[in-house]
Amino acid sequence: MSATARRPDIGTIGLYAFLLASAVFFLLPIALVVVNSLKPMDEIRAGSLLALPAAPSFDAWRMAWSEACSGLDCNGISPGLWNSVKITIPAVIISILFGALNGFALTEWKSGLSNATMFLISVALFVPYQSMIYPTVIMLSRVGLFGTYPGIVAVHVIFGLPFTTLLFRNFYLGIPGEITKAARMEGASFLRTFFSVILPMSTNIILVVAILQFTGIWNDYLLGLIFAGNDNMPMTVQLNNIVSNTRGAAILNVNMAASLLTALPALVVYFLSGRFFVRGIAAGAVKG
Amino acid sequence: MTSGSFRSSYRPARVAVLFFLVVALFFYGSLVWTGVISMTSSKLLPVYNFVGFDQYSRLWSTDRWIVSLVNMVIFGVLYVVVSMALGIFLAILLDRNVRGEGVFRAIFLYPFAVSLVVTGLAWRWIFEPAQGVQAIMRGFGFESFAFDWLSDPERAIYTLVIAGVWHSVGFAMIIVLAGLRGIGSDLWKAIRVEGIPLWRGYLQIILPSLWPVVASAVVLLASDVIRAYDLVITLTKGGPGFASDLPAKFAVDHFFGRANIGFASAASILMMLLVVAMLVPYFWAEYRAQKK
Repeated sequence: MSATARRPDIGTIGLYAFLLASAVFFLLPIALVVVNSLKPMDEIRAGSLLALPAAPSFDAWRMAWSEACSGLDCNGISPGLWNSVKITIPAVIISILFGALNGFALTEWKSGLSNATMFLISVALFVPYQSMIYPTVIMLSRVGLFGTYPGIVAVHVIFGLPFTTLLFRNFYLGIPGEITKAARMEGASFLRTFFSVILPMSTNIILVVAILQFTGIWNDYLLGLIFAGNDNMPMTVQLNNIVSNTRGAAILNVNMAASLLTALPALVVYFLSGRFFVRGIAAGAVKG
Repeated sequence: MTSGSFRSSYRPARVAVLFFLVVALFFYGSLVWTGVISMTSSKLLPVYNFVGFDQYSRLWSTDRWIVSLVNMVIFGVLYVVVSMALGIFLAILLDRNVRGEGVFRAIFLYPFAVSLVVTGLAWRWIFEPAQGVQAIMRGFGFESFAFDWLSDPERAIYTLVIAGVWHSVGFAMIIVLAGLRGIGSDLWKAIRVEGIPLWRGYLQIILPSLWPVVASAVVLLASDVIRAYDLVITLTKGGPGFASDLPAKFAVDHFFGRANIGFASAASILMMLLVVAMLVPYFWAEYRAQKK
């Protein structure tokens, strides 16, 4: 690629035209939802999604936040937001800790069994939730955790364990053996080595896993629906309840605002994290 | 040298085994348990009176299950092929020293951070005739333009493909792009020296050398297909009727909506077998590549 300025040829024009057209395709759906969440309902009924709002207002957003109805409750989507926050944050922190610990243990445990274990953990990554969900319901109800707050956090941590383990293990395979050897020579225990030597040098991979787990758990629907119980319904479940509320006509602008509020936290994390999100996807897929 | 004493306090195996027991219990234990339930006549609660493969043979004579399997094939093939094709194409374009690469990449990938619930809802609003594509086209003066795939049993499944592709192209693109960035300058130099046209270089030399990357992207996308649930729930609700049903939704509906857990277990065991059928060739190829 020469950097000399020359007239763009037909190929270059085509390249940028295709990239721009693709950008429109990816941006349009969410842009339409944003635009229409700012319109009053009669304006949506009178026109199409493409029309710009005559007088943009955040009324629908206010309704979505605190007044929209799901079933008999009309408290908006905000309770779901708090539920999602209190589910996601501990689940992300614990699954990072467990994934890192397990990933490091599997790197340090030099034996054929270790490889077999890693293989079974990689396969577990692909088990469809449907094939494990019912026995999990039974097991959690036996110990009184089904439909409870600790229950849904535990489900996210356990179901996410193969994924977090894999990412951390791939990272730890790349660190030189001398580092842990030095700690072992000084008589440090495995856990001590992990917490005082390994964890502090894992900042990058921790960020990667944190971002992927945050978006994954925040965006989860099925596990929240089944395991969270009515008092801890995450935002995605509450959103679907609000949108499918059959009483009265669909209030499209409010539903749209509610769905944007639901998407926003994961999108903020995505746009703030940029290269870590990208790196995580590449690391998970290429080496997984 | 007190190797005995440091070994006694440095025991990674214990930690690994402890975590593995958790994985074994919840993943493999549940899987086996689901398999056991699938051989019983359990309805609302698990009962252990064995009926052999009755639930499985009932599945094969259930229209809705057959429809959901056919849908999975249609949706799966189109979703994986189109996502990969577009993803590879966009990755190649972005690899050509494009201006604003970071911005394009961010725009192409952001749908992947949008939940499938919101993805499904956004596309439903676009496909609904009252205000979506049909209303937009009529607004442009095409008074008789009709577009109502959501209530067309033949076409509802394609709305899932469009929404799914929108969600996942960026994911495919990022993986391929990471692979492209890992290609050494030697290969490029060889292509230039040989005077091979750029497009042929990509098609015949670069892409084949990326096959492990492409294969892992395909496997990850295909496992999305087998577990696709949220998107169906919000976009088509499996309808009209059960015309756009998928196995994942079939199983969940029978577990929790219809209290028919023996039947649902049989369906979900078949889902697991589909996963195995997909993983075996993949792991086999990986294993052979590692041996070489």
